[in-house]
Amino acid sequence: MQNDTTPILAGKVYVLGDDIDTDQIIPARHLNLVPTIPAEYRQLGALALSGLPAEYPAFIKPGKKRADYKIVIAGRNFGCGSSREHAPIALAASGIQAIVAESYARIFFRNAVATGALFPFEAETNLRTVFQTGDEAEIQLEREKLRHSKSGQVFKLKSLGAVRPVVAAGGLFAYARKMGMINH
Amino acid sequence: MYFLSMTITEKILARAADKAAVAPGENIWVKADILLTHDICGPGTIGIFQREFGRQAKVWDRERVVIIPDHFIFTQDEMARRNVESLRTFAREQALSYFYDPGTPNYKGVCHVALPQEGHVRPGEVIFGTDSHTCTHGALGAFATGIGNTDAAFVMGTGKLLLKAPPTLRFTLDGLKPDYIMGKDIILRIIGDIGVEGANYCAMEFRGEAVAALSIEERMTICNMAIEAGAKNGIIAPDEKSVAYVRARTQKTFTPVTSDPDCTVAKDYAYNIASFEPGVAKPHSPGAYALARELEDIKIDRAYIGSCTGGKLADFIAAAVILQGKRVSVDTFLVPATQEVADGLEKEQINGETLASIFHKAGCLDIAPPSCAACLGGPPDTFGHTHGKEVVISTTNRNFIGRMGSKATQIYLASPLTAAASALKGRITDPRVFM
Ligand code: SF4
Repeated sequence: MQNDTTPILAGKVYVLGDDIDTDQIIPARHLNLVPTIPAEYRQLGALALSGLPAEYPAFIKPGKKRADYKIVIAGRNFGCGSSREHAPIALAASGIQAIVAESYARIFFRNAVATGALFPFEAETNLRTVFQTGDEAEIQLEREKLRHSKSGQVFKLKSLGAVRPVVAAGGLFAYARKMGMINH
Repeated sequence: MYFLSMTITEKILARAADKAAVAPGENIWVKADILLTHDICGPGTIGIFQREFGRQAKVWDRERVVIIPDHFIFTQDEMARRNVESLRTFAREQALSYFYDPGTPNYKGVCHVALPQEGHVRPGEVIFGTDSHTCTHGALGAFATGIGNTDAAFVMGTGKLLLKAPPTLRFTLDGLKPDYIMGKDIILRIIGDIGVEGANYCAMEFRGEAVAALSIEERMTICNMAIEAGAKNGIIAPDEKSVAYVRARTQKTFTPVTSDPDCTVAKDYAYNIASFEPGVAKPHSPGAYALARELEDIKIDRAYIGSCTGGKLADFIAAAVILQGKRVSVDTFLVPATQEVADGLEKEQINGETLASIFHKAGCLDIAPPSCAACLGGPPDTFGHTHGKEVVISTTNRNFIGRMGSKATQIYLASPLTAAASALKGRITDPRVFM
């Protein structure tokens, strides 16, 4: 869960291509794990992106439970496919705090917001020509900017608008309570 | 109040939001008529529901939460079994009216075929499901969309969800459908044309004389794959056929709605399906469209006929038409979507022979019990799960890397006619060769 009192997310990026589907993010055979059970939440984290083809470098190093990365940079249509909320949850449980993609599949985007698991930012340009896996980057949450540490280049992100306070509050339920929409 | 003409999607959402009208882009609180969940997203949804509303909380309406376990059913996997057991406990505690329990006569099979079959899909209503292929149910004139566990837990507790009304992409399909063309060929062609995010955030509405001529099952195949183009929902206005289908399955009343003739849509597409040819989606994207006849040098190791897209009775009839009196040359996996479809394989006849007998004599593997099976891989002991470099022709809806188990598997999506013709030849084959 994120928090607006930490307005900067910083860390290594992991770079992905177009059409990364939910089976690549968390393969279906692991959907026997229930995200609300803490031990299984951690297992989902250890399995994040385990469905990627072999060309990609290991997202999680052998023997590790979490990734060394904080930010995923991706192409178009990130998270297409199934409605499994396990997908944003697995990424968050692995240590990812934000994704910067050129576009998202609708349900993945919505799940990222509803769970408050991570910030689903949209880039205005193709960032994959600048960022390489392992590069350091930082995201200024309030200003909605992404900085590439090595080159110093700064990229404006599309505004998350009404969605940012929902993620920042910790997701749909926390936000709905804060706004008095539910009183449970 | 001024008059605003609306699409069917806007009309259903307006009514469910207690508003006179809604326009695309408007955020509205929508009342759910049905919340569908299953064994892989149900336990997590229930976990969030109980965490957020309290261990003693009751679902908003025990008649409207429908639980259909279907994904990981015939497996020894301990956690999969635990998950079904947790659904059992929840259904009992909540006294849910509709829980289709595996291992009992009440077990159905794949949720998207079972939900309409059991009368839970009604024109004009709003259906949320924790499965992306919930868009299937637009085939009967409902607004139906897939959501995640957190949204579903919210619906479970409140009966409502905040939605953004989608703009509509309208597909007008005219022309006489050739008998070698199926719903699958139509939707694969459309996804090939508009791309896998071509309908992102939008409603896909299908209409026209060719749609009117399609059976309900074929309409379901088309709406089922709207999500493969990124759509929020697929929808077909109800007509006499769909209303008769629903009336035969439920006593509940419903009010069908249709698009106003002068409604505004974001984009119009027109097709004449008389010119369509049997199509295939190549690995690893449902949008990688090709004609079956262009791929006749692709050798296959197996054929798979099943799932919510391609495991309905009409799909097996199509396959049997091709296979009758012939022998398959590769392993051919048959997984009826529901028990009703499985029963149909024993009853339905072609030239005096049951479908089951046609498949048996053709050398197909023994028909599996109904479930999602290898449509999504599942635990390694799942029927049809791939373990190596198999090349599969499949009537399912997704050919993502690893979708059927092994990452090295190549999956080609096709109609049951094309899958059956390919099973005979051991290569991708245009079904016209056998028709
Ligand atoms: S049959 Fe396949 S696509 Fe349909 S609900 Fe089951 S896993 Fe999903």
